[in-house]
Amino acid sequence: MPRIGVFVCQCGTNIASTVDTKKVADEMSKIPGVVYTGDYKFMCSAPGQDNLKEIVKQHKLDGVIVSACSPHMHEKTFRKACEAAGLNPYKCEITNIREQCSWVHHDPTKATGTAKSIDLTRMTIERLKKNRSLSKIKIPIKKKALVIGGGIAGIQAALDIADGGRQVILVEREPSIGGNMAKLSETFPTMDCSQCIMTPKMVEASLHENIKILTWSEVEKVDGYIGNFTVQIRKKARYVNEDLCNGCGLCIEKCPFKAKSEFEMGMSQRKVIYTPFPQAVPNIPVIDAPNCPKIQKDKCGTCAIVCGPKCIDFKQQDTVITEDVGAIVVATGYQLMPNERFGEYGYGKIKDVISGLQFERLASASGPTGGEIKRPSDGKTPKNVVFIQCVGSRDEKKGVSYCSKICCMYTAKHTMLYKHKVHDGQSYVFYMDIRAGGKRYEEFVRRAIEHDGAMYLRGRVSRVYEKDGKVIVQGADTLSGNQVEIEADMVVLATAIVSREGADTVAQKLGIGYDKYKFYNEYHPKLKPVETVTAGIFLAGTCMGPMDIPDSVSMGSAAASKVLALFSNDQMAREPITSVVNRNTCNACWDCVVACPYTAIEKEEVKNRQGAVIRMLARVNEGVCQGCGVCVAACRSKSIDLRGYTDEQVYAALAAF
Amino acid sequence: MKIAYYPGCTLNTVAKGFDTSARESAVLLGFELKELNQWNCCGAAFPLTPDNVIGLTAPTKVLVNARKEGDTVTTLCSVCYNVLKRTNKVVRDDKEKRGVVNSFIEEEYDGGLNVIHFLEVLRDKVGFEKVKGAVKRSLKGVKAGAYYGCMLLRPFEDIGIDKAEGPTIFEDLLKALGCETVEFPNKIECCGAHLAMGNEAVVTKLSGNVLNSAKNRGAEIIVTSCPLCQYNLENSQKKLAEGSGNLQMPILYFTQLLGLALGQDEGSLGLEKNLFDVRPMLKVRGI
Repeated sequence: MPRIGVFVCQCGTNIASTVDTKKVADEMSKIPGVVYTGDYKFMCSAPGQDNLKEIVKQHKLDGVIVSACSPHMHEKTFRKACEAAGLNPYKCEITNIREQCSWVHHDPTKATGTAKSIDLTRMTIERLKKNRSLSKIKIPIKKKALVIGGGIAGIQAALDIADGGRQVILVEREPSIGGNMAKLSETFPTMDCSQCIMTPKMVEASLHENIKILTWSEVEKVDGYIGNFTVQIRKKARYVNEDLCNGCGLCIEKCPFKAKSEFEMGMSQRKVIYTPFPQAVPNIPVIDAPNCPKIQKDKCGTCAIVCGPKCIDFKQQDTVITEDVGAIVVATGYQLMPNERFGEYGYGKIKDVISGLQFERLASASGPTGGEIKRPSDGKTPKNVVFIQCVGSRDEKKGVSYCSKICCMYTAKHTMLYKHKVHDGQSYVFYMDIRAGGKRYEEFVRRAIEHDGAMYLRGRVSRVYEKDGKVIVQGADTLSGNQVEIEADMVVLATAIVSREGADTVAQKLGIGYDKYKFYNEYHPKLKPVETVTAGIFLAGTCMGPMDIPDSVSMGSAAASKVLALFSNDQMAREPITSVVNRNTCNACWDCVVACPYTAIEKEEVKNRQGAVIRMLARVNEGVCQGCGVCVAACRSKSIDLRGYTDEQVYAALAAF
Repeated sequence: MKIAYYPGCTLNTVAKGFDTSARESAVLLGFELKELNQWNCCGAAFPLTPDNVIGLTAPTKVLVNARKEGDTVTTLCSVCYNVLKRTNKVVRDDKEKRGVVNSFIEEEYDGGLNVIHFLEVLRDKVGFEKVKGAVKRSLKGVKAGAYYGCMLLRPFEDIGIDKAEGPTIFEDLLKALGCETVEFPNKIECCGAHLAMGNEAVVTKLSGNVLNSAKNRGAEIIVTSCPLCQYNLENSQKKLAEGSGNLQMPILYFTQLLGLALGQDEGSLGLEKNLFDVRPMLKVRGI
């Protein structure tokens, strides 16, 4: 006969005001196997828990029911208390008589009060009689991390993990790390030069003994689970031997062919063998194969002739390397929405309509104009510049419904940069609202308006067109109620931030969720902002939504601290609520494999002594299984059960109703 | 081929040339515009408040009559097209409104009709290539500005005849007729529309912008599909002539040019009704 104790909590008056807790306890004492019942004011309080431990020992209980609040609240608390009293924690069950009984109504005479509490508790008792002792699952941890994306968020995460003494592999798909931040001229609200604060970080990452940087590389495949991921990384052919190259740059200098520079946003040309920018890390060039006549037609080959260490290799192929890591930080960043979508602004048709990132390059000392503001069409200094905010942002019809968050700030910054470089210039800003929430942000925008004379016009632009070398901007000023027409020399669009192209395929490889805009989903928007639903995979930076540099850096560090906390143990313990396959009855139909949303079920081969496969079986990987129970429902031969929620337990509970 | 045709009130009165030129061009292209046996005014404005159902009754009545004659109806006037197409969509997609409208007009209409503009007939059912092949009197060298206005294009998700920004259906037709098309910034801007009745100054300004922007890009004529635009663009030239400039810009319906190119008898095109006659210019060009 089992020896079960039932503890009914009054929760102050939360439960007791509508549920007769004494009566519930008394009713339970009539059930065979129940040796102790009692009600108490606050079971979760320290004296309440001590009392529980005392009674477990005194009555030699082998099972405990606490009828109290939702198991989400205190299941852990009471299981811990039972464990301290020498009981297996999984022999403790919670009945929720607060959210499901007392809180539903105010009338103590209602059947949902006492009567329902009695029913639910009785069901839990019968369920508990079928409980088995379970023990936590221990998983070994490989203490090496993978960071995907070498922008500021990824670099920060890599540096913090490396400083914590753990190995990091930093994968970047471009030829250099640095991301979008490396393109910026100055940064708000302090106006420090982006290159000046970014390049030391890039160099630090490249010199760090615990960081291995793989540029011009992409993650191809991810297998495994927390603590034990196996990652395949494709190193794209660079046509330059990285071990031999000394970064002298002679090949770049002598290369006779040019293509549009991606880093300069198409505003200038680069060589066909190139590094994206002078401060690139690593300082090893890459050959742009589609544009290289040697690779395409076997003509030229100048770079190989001039190269001292003979590191040019036109025959180089992609290679795929495999790495075992324990945790992954995803920091794949953002891109701008294609401006061509907005025909009314004339981007792509009118040369002097440019994007915000293009303006950053114009204002950058290392940019195509050496930091002088010159318009693309004729190289003249523009005297009137119109900035259009919310191009695609907050525009459900043609763009995206969200706010891109950083545009108000960087547009204010642009007007200031412009004024500081063109003293007699006038800037105009068309805006919807000014969203300057952040430390010293509002003051920054006021400075742009009051000190640097930016003319802010609240309203939208309806059309931009060319007339006699000018760019005519038609719009509305909704504060004065007038239509305005500005004869501008240049127009800058603050285009919406969108997720990187291919963000969805990366997410699918990793098994993490994303929203309709393909931004990655955090586990909990407030309390678990850098975790994902897949244990061991963390997020940092703009891959999860628009954010500025301080936020990206904070997230990078936060993700790193999560990784380091995980790596601080040799093994990881996790809840034993996982599926288990009955090896005697499984007939390998693989319905469970198809149904499992976590790819936790593997196909196992059963071999005879000669090594020949005689049978196939489904096997649950306990490291990956989340205990959702989908496979249990899918299994046609009833060969899978969920520990802690077995069919036997569920049927026993139902039978008691 | 026979296509059910809804002329609308304006084409029966002040824009008769628009109607006759279209009917005869259709014949020259080998099909018939079959006027609905019974029709009424489309309502002339699509109700913009979501709870105004009464404004949908007149156009639904038109659609009911059109449905009796086939699964497709075409029209010429941009406003009629806009009202009928949007009403059809509401009746088709909004069950609740469909019920109210149907019970009011005592009909059972489910929105099963396909409302297309005559430009779409030419593009999709005839094909501009075929139109090009049927041209007898090429309008070679005529610099025409295609003026879309608002109603032919917007709202994009309800109308969808072409891209809302940067449409080309008009230009494609004009090119088939031999014209040289002129791209001008105001081709999809408003002419001032109904403000002609209460606030003429606005119309003069907006239509003036359209006219000047076309003229500055070298247009000799402006082509439209909307009687209200046609009126505003013509009439505002009178006002403009009193002030700064005398533009003398002929404003034609696209079917008038189509009829000319297909070799239609000039008498039935209604060219003489236009404020500025295009014929002297054609004569100089030897067309």
